[in-house]
Amino acid sequence: MSEPLIEVVDLTIGWDQTVLQKDASFTIERGDIFIILGGSGCGKSTMMRYLIGLEKPLSGEVHHHGVAGQKLLQGRPEFGVMFQSGALLGSLTVGENVALPLLSWTELPVEASEAIVEAKLRLVGLQGTENKMPSELSGGMKKRAAIARAMALEPELIFLDEPSAGLDPVTAAELDELILSLNDRLGMTLVMVTHDLDSIFKVGKRCIMLDRASQSIIARGDPRELRDHSDDPRVRSFFKRQPPESP
Amino acid sequence: MTQIPASLPPPSFAGGSFKIEQRSDARGKTLLFHGRLTFAEAEPLWHALRAYKQRAKKRERMDLDMSGVEWLDGGAMALLAHFRSELYRRGGRAEFVGASEAVQEIIRIYRGDQPVRAKKKKKARGTLDQLGEATLAIRSELQQMLAFLGQLLVALGGVLRQPKSANLRELLPTMERTGADAVPIVLLINFLVGLVMAFQASQQLARFGANILVADLIGISVTRELGPLMTAIVVCGRSGAAFAAELGSMRVNEEVDALRTMGLEPMRFLVAPRLFALMLVVPLLTLLADLVGILGGLVVAVTSLDLTYVAYLNELKKAVTPWDVGSGIIKSVLFACAIAMIACQQGLATEGGAEGVGRRTTAAVVSTLFALIMIDALFTVFFRVLGR
Repeated sequence: MSEPLIEVVDLTIGWDQTVLQKDASFTIERGDIFIILGGSGCGKSTMMRYLIGLEKPLSGEVHHHGVAGQKLLQGRPEFGVMFQSGALLGSLTVGENVALPLLSWTELPVEASEAIVEAKLRLVGLQGTENKMPSELSGGMKKRAAIARAMALEPELIFLDEPSAGLDPVTAAELDELILSLNDRLGMTLVMVTHDLDSIFKVGKRCIMLDRASQSIIARGDPRELRDHSDDPRVRSFFKRQPPESP
Repeated sequence: MTQIPASLPPPSFAGGSFKIEQRSDARGKTLLFHGRLTFAEAEPLWHALRAYKQRAKKRERMDLDMSGVEWLDGGAMALLAHFRSELYRRGGRAEFVGASEAVQEIIRIYRGDQPVRAKKKKKARGTLDQLGEATLAIRSELQQMLAFLGQLLVALGGVLRQPKSANLRELLPTMERTGADAVPIVLLINFLVGLVMAFQASQQLARFGANILVADLIGISVTRELGPLMTAIVVCGRSGAAFAAELGSMRVNEEVDALRTMGLEPMRFLVAPRLFALMLVVPLLTLLADLVGILGGLVVAVTSLDLTYVAYLNELKKAVTPWDVGSGIIKSVLFACAIAMIACQQGLATEGGAEGVGRRTTAAVVSTLFALIMIDALFTVFFRVLGR
């Protein structure tokens, strides 16, 4: 068993009177491609915000390498994040967006940063877009640029929120290949929020499935195993893309 | 084994985990990499590669032997790929050789095994190009403004025929935000303007024994000029900027497009209620501004010029005609139209993201202030020609 990179203990998430998930506990191990699944509104993206340290838990804890969630965003980030919309800074060019963490957190000469930016953009298939503004990119290109930015500091952990949503099948498949390469060849750990079944079965190594009604994790493990062998009708419906089975 | 020249950075970074050696044979040079090449040591790696590049002769072959590399990450690979490209662009050749399967895969995903393409040189834009582009941008901006005006007139015609299509539910809340909420700041600013102006005038008037004329000065200048203008400037800063930012955000979030797809015309649904709200509240705010401006003058007259408030008010009654107040109110309606139309036009023309909203909001405020001064100047001349 490899070493846990993220440890979530009895985490309750939500806001004010609304609890989305109660007492969730799970670990994400080094080298995982870990997928957070669930129906709309169950708190998948919100869960990711807690894992990153953007939100303070209602109760429970998130630890990265033993660092508490509240301290994750202090100092140089140890992970990269791709938000659902890309969240590129609109006032900077694509190249400047990718270079931003390099210039902020390393002493690399500008030319070296530019070389890294060029390589990262090439890696995500966006070579030659350094001088474009984010508003000139399509939705899929923005996402890929956001992945390049997330990888700029060569983190061992990357969070991806709905990476393939809104992409054409070819681009989505290319993105899956990239995710597999990052994991397999560069040893990166990836945490993804998605409900793209093709992508889940292709790249996912382990997953948790969140359920809104029970406010809990209703399944965990290898997504293919869960698809084929789960006893829970909610899990079967999700993976077989069917309406909920009648009680 | 060829040693790296002393002028180069140390091949093994202190506490570092990589080493570079250079070998030469009949085919050219080879750089042998050993150990772990990681982003954490990108800086010494970069400096070492740069030194090798500077020493390389033009058209020289310099292969990158990766057989001794135990681990290679993306950051280090990015620098190696850049080094290879630079050698190619100088007419030389460089290939990755001897890599293990794992390292070769990283070279592959970073396209280190692909042919190097020539870099496109960015063409510098000349002054004439920039001037031409700026002129075209102004023309396009004017076209947009005219198109907006045309669409607005058509929409207002539609509203007259079908008043319900103007989203009049928004009218009262907008009037509250732009009018009632602005009352304290409008009162304070205009009171201070009246006070300061009377105070500045009092010293000059006292020298000629014309203290009483402070009522004429304040009465006419506040009702005809300062009341409407200062009120419009406050409304422009508060509501004009808010309109532009609000509509700009709606535009970049595709909310305006969503309205269109629901059959709701943005001109009627978004612009008309804002325009009507300002046309109704700005004259009312101007009346309040006139009153407190005159009050500011009264305070100075009583405290610094030894006038009684009865004398001040009697003189005011003689000096200020209903036309003075009326002309200010007419101007304020036009000011309101200018603020609402320019702010909404700029907001709906927003493109890009947050930066676009900021740019259009700034443009809305600056253009509106310019328009207000122009309208004021035109009216002053127009009324003078009319003999009023």
